[in-house]
Amino acid sequence: MPVKLYLSTYAYQTMIDQEQVRKVAHLARLELTPAEEVQFTTQLNDILDYFQQLSELETDTVEPTTRAIDVSNVTRRDQREPFDDREELLEAAPDREGEFFKVPQIMGGE
Amino acid sequence: MSSIRELHRQLVQKERSAVEIAQATLEQIQTLEPKVHSFLHITADRALEQAQQVDAKIAAGEEIGLLAGIPIAIKDNLCTKGIPTTCGSKILQNFVPPYESTVTQRLINAGAVMVGKTNMDEFAMGSSTESSAYQLTGNPWDLTRVPGGSSGGSAAAVAAGEVPIALGSDTGGSIRQPAAFCGVVGMKPTYGLVSRYGLVAFASSLDQIGPFGRSVEDTAIVLGAIAGHDPRDSTSLNVEIPDYASALKPDLKSRGRLRVGVIQEAFGQGLDPTVEAAVNRALEELKGLGAEVQMVSCPQFRQGVSAYYIIAPSEASANLARYDGVKYGYRSDDAPSLLSMYTKTRAQGFGAEVKRRIMIGTYALSAGYYDAYYLKAQRVRTLIKQDFETAFAQVDVLICPTSPITAFKAGEKTDDPLSMYLTDLMTIPVNLAGLPALSLPCGFDDRGLPIGIQLIGNVLQEGLLLEVAHAYEQATPWHQRSPSLKG
Repeated sequence: MPVKLYLSTYAYQTMIDQEQVRKVAHLARLELTPAEEVQFTTQLNDILDYFQQLSELETDTVEPTTRAIDVSNVTRRDQREPFDDREELLEAAPDREGEFFKVPQIMGGE
Repeated sequence: MSSIRELHRQLVQKERSAVEIAQATLEQIQTLEPKVHSFLHITADRALEQAQQVDAKIAAGEEIGLLAGIPIAIKDNLCTKGIPTTCGSKILQNFVPPYESTVTQRLINAGAVMVGKTNMDEFAMGSSTESSAYQLTGNPWDLTRVPGGSSGGSAAAVAAGEVPIALGSDTGGSIRQPAAFCGVVGMKPTYGLVSRYGLVAFASSLDQIGPFGRSVEDTAIVLGAIAGHDPRDSTSLNVEIPDYASALKPDLKSRGRLRVGVIQEAFGQGLDPTVEAAVNRALEELKGLGAEVQMVSCPQFRQGVSAYYIIAPSEASANLARYDGVKYGYRSDDAPSLLSMYTKTRAQGFGAEVKRRIMIGTYALSAGYYDAYYLKAQRVRTLIKQDFETAFAQVDVLICPTSPITAFKAGEKTDDPLSMYLTDLMTIPVNLAGLPALSLPCGFDDRGLPIGIQLIGNVLQEGLLLEVAHAYEQATPWHQRSPSLKG
């Protein structure tokens, strides 16, 4: 862990260490280089430390906002709308076999 | 660069054909691109084809709309059928959308002539257009400086006179901040006013598409063409769209009382004194136009950055899960298994800023941290929204600087993500509350760089914002200056 002096009003604490960065990268399906792991650990700590200013706000009785302008219960008829160029969609895939998207081996191997 | 109305007059009076206008625009782009680098793709063939169709209509004696034959640039995160849409990312380098976004379809229907797709921060994540995987765009007022971002290509193209109008998208300031940096008008409409169908999703609860123009009137004309209900976007508002452009008046005399509130929290720490001075001068000018100006408080205004940089990356981490190398876009070719194909494709396809935000978002949403970060940020979002509601009970329009600083040097902030994030301090709260806002030029700093002032309205008050902005613009000289593009 790189040691860093924080000149903020918050006591220094490590919000996220390199092991956690590796774990989060796995959840996000991102392969990070060792250099990226180190860099992201420092940068994410800076950013998470900045977020700490929110903890000064009393919000226990405040409802969360998920959307700024609420339009609820938007419905439509459950109707099929076929796309007219199936071939074009398949053609855009990095790999295909006939009318299927083709991916590397799923079972075994790791 | 002529206004939309002037180009329209030339077309209708047959002084110039749409093809001639398109050709002149393409030539101008060719001359300026080696300096500015606004465009990722130039769509000359399609532009000339669309222009020919407009000329055919004119020749047949048909009436044409205001946007018919007018060249426009489109940000490269709007899907355009048959034309590459990269989002400034390597992962979409080869992506050619099989469908058209609602906004570009509406522009096609209006006869507008798309001349190209503009550079942007990768997946609209950035404030300088430097996170583009392809090129750096220069600020037309000083090519060594950034145009702002993420819609930097669109803002620079309009400022440089490559096109009269452009479209961008704004999630935390991505239209308004580059408009301020480049000295043009840029507007983010109320969330839901413009359909997001075909806009590549970044943070779905915040994203909105909006126009850039050299003048408020041109901006209003484009907004009128792209706004309106779309069943393909479930967040689209089903409301009547006024004729924004026709409603503009040369001054505010017929308006009656106009109460302007100045957000006091926007002033102070971090605000460049020359920006502050220009905004204060603009407030005096508004008083001269008859506005009543008072200070108002939005106590949580400065908490917006934290709330936003939790909410937006959280939504992004979910939205960008679709880039997995299966159905379209880039795929790593050295992966023996499905899992390694995912992780390598994403490692090689995404740039540093996108990875960083996916990491923040994944962390904020992960078990054990959800309440402390994501839920907390959503509660703060409510507080910010309530601040605006309180303010709009007292005033009609809110004002603050668009950006605390003017355009910075390329490379100045790329190593310090947090300092880059803080340039969006003034624009972010508006997205969190879903409100309409625009940036318009209000002066220049001592280096000759443009300064932008932000006008914020209550829900669906686009018409009022445009009216006030237009009256201010008519009374001030700022929009008449153009960059010399030397060096």
